[in-house]
Amino acid sequence: MSTPLLEISNLKTHFFTRAGVAKAVNGISLTIEKGEVVGIVGESGSGKSVTGFSIMGLVDEPGRVVGGSIKFKGRELLTQSVEEWRNFRGNEVSMIFQDPMMTLNPVLRIDTQMIEAVRCHEKVSKAEARKRAIEALAMVGIPSPEERVKAYPHQFSGGMRQRVAIATGLLNRPDLIIADEPTTALDVTIQSQILSEMQKLCKKTGMSLMWVTHDLTVIAGLANRVAVMYAGKIIEEGAVETVLDKPLHPYTEGLVGSVPSRNHRGEPLYQIPGMTPSLINLPEGCSFRMRCPKASEKCHCEPPVTELENGRRVRCFHPNL
Amino acid sequence: MSDTNTPYLRCEGLSRAFVKKLDLAGRIARSLGSKLREERVQAVDSVDLSIMPGEVLGLVGESGCGKSTLGRMLCGILPRSEGKIYYKGQDIDTLKGQDLKDYNVNVQMIFQDPFASLNPRKRVKNIIGEAPLFHKMTTASELDEYLAKVMTRCGLDPSYTHRYPHQFSGGQRQRIGIARAMAVQPECLVCDESVAALDVSIQAQILNLFMELRSELNLTCLFISHDLGVVEHISDRIAVMYLGRVVEVAPVEDIFNDPFHPYTKALLDEVPRLDKRGVDFTPLEGEIPSPLDPPSGCHFHPRCPHAMDICKKEAPVDTEIAPGRRTCCHLATMP
Repeated sequence: MSTPLLEISNLKTHFFTRAGVAKAVNGISLTIEKGEVVGIVGESGSGKSVTGFSIMGLVDEPGRVVGGSIKFKGRELLTQSVEEWRNFRGNEVSMIFQDPMMTLNPVLRIDTQMIEAVRCHEKVSKAEARKRAIEALAMVGIPSPEERVKAYPHQFSGGMRQRVAIATGLLNRPDLIIADEPTTALDVTIQSQILSEMQKLCKKTGMSLMWVTHDLTVIAGLANRVAVMYAGKIIEEGAVETVLDKPLHPYTEGLVGSVPSRNHRGEPLYQIPGMTPSLINLPEGCSFRMRCPKASEKCHCEPPVTELENGRRVRCFHPNL
Repeated sequence: MSDTNTPYLRCEGLSRAFVKKLDLAGRIARSLGSKLREERVQAVDSVDLSIMPGEVLGLVGESGCGKSTLGRMLCGILPRSEGKIYYKGQDIDTLKGQDLKDYNVNVQMIFQDPFASLNPRKRVKNIIGEAPLFHKMTTASELDEYLAKVMTRCGLDPSYTHRYPHQFSGGQRQRIGIARAMAVQPECLVCDESVAALDVSIQAQILNLFMELRSELNLTCLFISHDLGVVEHISDRIAVMYLGRVVEVAPVEDIFNDPFHPYTKALLDEVPRLDKRGVDFTPLEGEIPSPLDPPSGCHFHPRCPHAMDICKKEAPVDTEIAPGRRTCCHLATMP
């Protein structure tokens, strides 16, 4: 078997706050193959964004990656020097954030920002870099990119700004894009435009995509594989069809059931009782057991990961097999 | 209670424009012959809509289409530019005394942001208890009991009355917002994106609470949301807005099974769903036009796949295409 594009094993990212240690990412393992679209789903505070930041080496103080490994094309990332990190970021993997206004510098024109991003990683002339910027803008569907490249971020609408952010991410032809809720702040029609562009790009360039979101319905349409996170752990993973149609973990089952759908209009939705636990003092054993209808004595111990066929994995003592 | 044929709330030609006055420099420039104009946003443009007693009307549309403005006007917390609102068949401009008070008490609003809509310096007791005390629905000595009843109904622990809003999670704060509205025993709720800021599992809890309250108390409800899945789940009828105008109103089954207006069709096609797997997204072209300078004629024509010449010139009129179904589109009036 060839080496996967990205291989995360037992990654732990903890935040050392005054109130205690918040275990935002607490031992996750995940692989992403070339050309694959992987969705990471979870509610707020489940550690899905921190996973993305850890891959990019962007975890801020007081957070620290405290264990595990991240291998990109077989190369360990966590032992890289600052210089190596800088060459890696935006070049081999780039990240798109939720709020495009935070990604783009409001006082610089788009071309300045994009040319800088190209010339950071490659010694090319300014004219060449600008040409690439225009190509990237055209690729994400911005009309008349030659004109628009001279605009400032505030001259774009929210959807267009997100496209510029994506185009900037594409400049150095990365092998993997990590998208952290890039369509959450957008309207349905604009979200659909962005999803369509991303889908086309992945098919055309063969790059991989890690799509982080809380929205199961987006994942259903876009991803090949999905990993469900809860309190810093991946509790279920597998092909989209199998995970959404036959969820094994009670939490996934609850999540899928709580999405309003056409089939049971007006009926009460499935309700997961309680709230997400505080990451600072997680309960012993399975962190979902307080809210779980199937919880038993056993669940006071850490549940093991059960591997099934086709890369399907679940972390539970009582999966719906 | 009025008879069931009179709409609980009805608006006619309801409009609201926000105008930004010219500053001094602008006024001087204009007096010197410049063609500067005041910036004017027609947020809501002559909307006719009615909500029957006991009905849940869903109002959907993208950001900036005026759905919140409409909701606020119906609640009476935002002045209108033009148009009339009828409460149980009576023009609210003519309401006086007890009737006016009835309207103000019976139509309550629940807001989007559970963090911004609660006063951080007040305790839960005061947040929920202020209005019923003022309206003499309870007395200071019986307040605790009254609050306990309201809070339990909204899924809050009554022992929390002395806490401040920051001590609650997002979902619980939204429950406080609901309890505040429910405390005056309203007949009608206007929910403005009330679940948009919540996580999926919490959203399900709040939606269930709405459905419970509604069936227990026979509440009338205007449910404003950009999330079609949510609206479909709880509404009886749906109104779709685009740039200040209502483009289609129909019962929920009709709108989802057989949408008429091209915009409604496009919206429905684009809603991601759990059962839509590995789809090729085929988006609607173009962006929402700026409400500062809306397109002429039918506002939707630059993005519409069926646009004709007439769409650029004339605004379509509201047409009934089937009993209980209305739409604003030239396709409906074509011979």
